[in-house]
Amino acid sequence: MNEQTRFTGTDSYVATEDLMVAVNASVTLQRPLLIKGEPGTGKTVLAHEVARSLDKKLIEWHIKSTTKAQQGLYEYDAVDRLRDSQLGEQRVHDIRNYIKKGKLWEAFEADTAPVLLIDEIDKADIEFPNDLLLELDRMEFHVYETQETIQAKHRPIVIITSNNEKELPDAFLRRCFFHYIRFPDNETMERIVDVHHPQLKKNLLRAALRAFYDIREIPGMKKKPSTSELLDWIKLLVVEDISPEALKSDDMKTILPPLYGALVKNEQDVHQFERLIFMARRGQN
Amino acid sequence: MFTHFFLELRKANLPVSIKEYLLLLEAVKQGLAEYKVDDFYYLSRSALVKDERNLDKFDRVFGHVFKGLELLSELFQPDNIPEDWLRKMAELHLTEEEKADIEAMFGWEKLMEELKKRLEEQQERHQGGNKWIGTAGKSPYGAYGYNPEGVRIGQDGTRNFSAVKVWDKREFKNLDDSVELGTRNIKVALRKLRRFAREGAIEELDLPDTIRSTARQGWLDIKMVPERHNAVKVLIFFDIGGSMSPHVKICEELFSACKTEFRHLQYYYFHNCLYEYVWEDNRRRNTDPMPTWNVLHTYGCDYKVIFVGDASMSPYEIAMPGGSVEFWNEEAGEAWLRRVNDTYTHCAWLNPVPKRHWQYTPSIGMISDLFENRMFELTLGGLDAAIKELSH
Ligand SMILES: Nc1ncnc2c1ncn2[C@@H]1O[C@H](COP(=O)(O)OP(=O)(O)OP(=O)(O)O)[C@@H](O)[C@H]1O
Ligand SMILES: [Mg+2]
Repeated sequence: MNEQTRFTGTDSYVATEDLMVAVNASVTLQRPLLIKGEPGTGKTVLAHEVARSLDKKLIEWHIKSTTKAQQGLYEYDAVDRLRDSQLGEQRVHDIRNYIKKGKLWEAFEADTAPVLLIDEIDKADIEFPNDLLLELDRMEFHVYETQETIQAKHRPIVIITSNNEKELPDAFLRRCFFHYIRFPDNETMERIVDVHHPQLKKNLLRAALRAFYDIREIPGMKKKPSTSELLDWIKLLVVEDISPEALKSDDMKTILPPLYGALVKNEQDVHQFERLIFMARRGQN
Repeated sequence: MFTHFFLELRKANLPVSIKEYLLLLEAVKQGLAEYKVDDFYYLSRSALVKDERNLDKFDRVFGHVFKGLELLSELFQPDNIPEDWLRKMAELHLTEEEKADIEAMFGWEKLMEELKKRLEEQQERHQGGNKWIGTAGKSPYGAYGYNPEGVRIGQDGTRNFSAVKVWDKREFKNLDDSVELGTRNIKVALRKLRRFAREGAIEELDLPDTIRSTARQGWLDIKMVPERHNAVKVLIFFDIGGSMSPHVKICEELFSACKTEFRHLQYYYFHNCLYEYVWEDNRRRNTDPMPTWNVLHTYGCDYKVIFVGDASMSPYEIAMPGGSVEFWNEEAGEAWLRRVNDTYTHCAWLNPVPKRHWQYTPSIGMISDLFENRMFELTLGGLDAAIKELSH
């Protein structure tokens, strides 16, 4: 494998060793890569970074609860045609005028292999992945309305993300490589913050991370702060010019960290957090 | 070594298919794990494990199979592939789709050959080359021979090892399934019961049909189809007897997950065992009893029935008329449980008591018998098994 085709992370994305192996296996063997992990662990951004680093076009398909597999292939705009037929339009005679290409079609047509991101596949109906099996396997599909078969010019690199709201079908899973992004440990997180805020002072970074991981440890949190919240928080700390002393870890359990609203957002969690701090302080006095 | 690894994974109940095994071999062949044992670990993990709950199990098997492994070359000895075993495995565990795949790729007879060839190619390619961290390693099979029953290989302890292996860190321990059963997990499990179907009230405009029909008729002819919805019907009976108190939280979670997952959900409460009355609202249990007969007559036999309870009581409460601790029951509880099982083909009992304790409580065995062994532990694994049972 030469260096241009090997993914090793980028200047704005920290990839752990195991993630690199998974990405490269999927690229080399042309199999879809399924990425799971807590919210905010960089699943979606990964596809962007893979595309950027391998110099490929990115095609994004964001899945909603109403998304159907067919929409990724093409849609036949029946309403439009119905209207035209009522108005006696000429274009009504050519069915092609009413066929709208989906993301898969777009990816299949591309002149060089693109990266196709299917984001949050678990949002869709439970049958959705099954409905795409054949097309992703064979990299072709049939358009019934026009009787043509669309074949991928180059097999796209397919990256699929899931938050695990639904389980995915076995037949689908067997075809993929899988990677679960573990919540970054302290060292990895330092590197992640560093690519976003290279100028950040080391002592502020350490104090912020300490506070951040402490908060994540609070029992019973509905929504633990993730990488994205940490990055937002640090940005605010910098803008407001907060000193590392204000985050001093020893007091962390008895004072509310500055601007903590950026980290803890769920109302119930804020409540719980403030109460814990309050109780800890009372216990100390 | 390879096949042994595969066998051990299956033995540990990891759902690894031959298809995935071939994928891994292919990846190794393409040189995706050439330098470091760690890379091989990551690669095999990514190819063979598709559910984070199984990562910890995988780590344990990996650690145990490759204990003492220092040289990657040891992995790729073209050993005698236990053909019988592979064939049996294939027949037992391959889905129709996988069989078709392999047929298409090699044909049945060629499968074994192909596997051997692949292993040999790797051997040739890597031996002598300096890509591998030395090639002096002897095949552990030389010393031990292969035993399909799974003699542990490479465990002699003569090779010492100092560094802590990635897989020995057990970083995914808390993702293992038996540990945590939250509402979200339960929902995921319950979703397997889903069947989407078109039935009931007409609700959606069927555009293609409308157009077809309009074109044929020459006037606008609107066609409708019923909306698709989750057509599974579920009837749940919750035990709210005193001994259930320690399990309240898990039952609440199960309950809230059920409520959001099923459109056709009916639930009733009972106390210890099922008798002639159940309750719709626990707070009004003294005022509003519902005759169990009514329940059985109201909900059709297409309902899936789930009992949730610890099944822990005196055997009299199941076997004797008047055995109930609450009131005088005319008929024994077991008559009612039998009635339910006769009415509904799909029944299961979920028990929050850990399975290893079941043997100490005779009533649990009695109820499990009445349910034809369809009693499952209320853990993710148990719930999965129950759902499988219910969805035939
Ligand atoms: N390894 C990383 N290196 C650099 N930045 C990262 C990394 N992981 C996460 N981030 C940053 O965290 C933020 C969240 O990432 P992203 O949106 O990809 O998360 P996600 O896993 O897709 O979350 P969700 O599940 O909510 O969709 C982004 O701003 C991203 O830049
Ligand atoms: Mg995302």
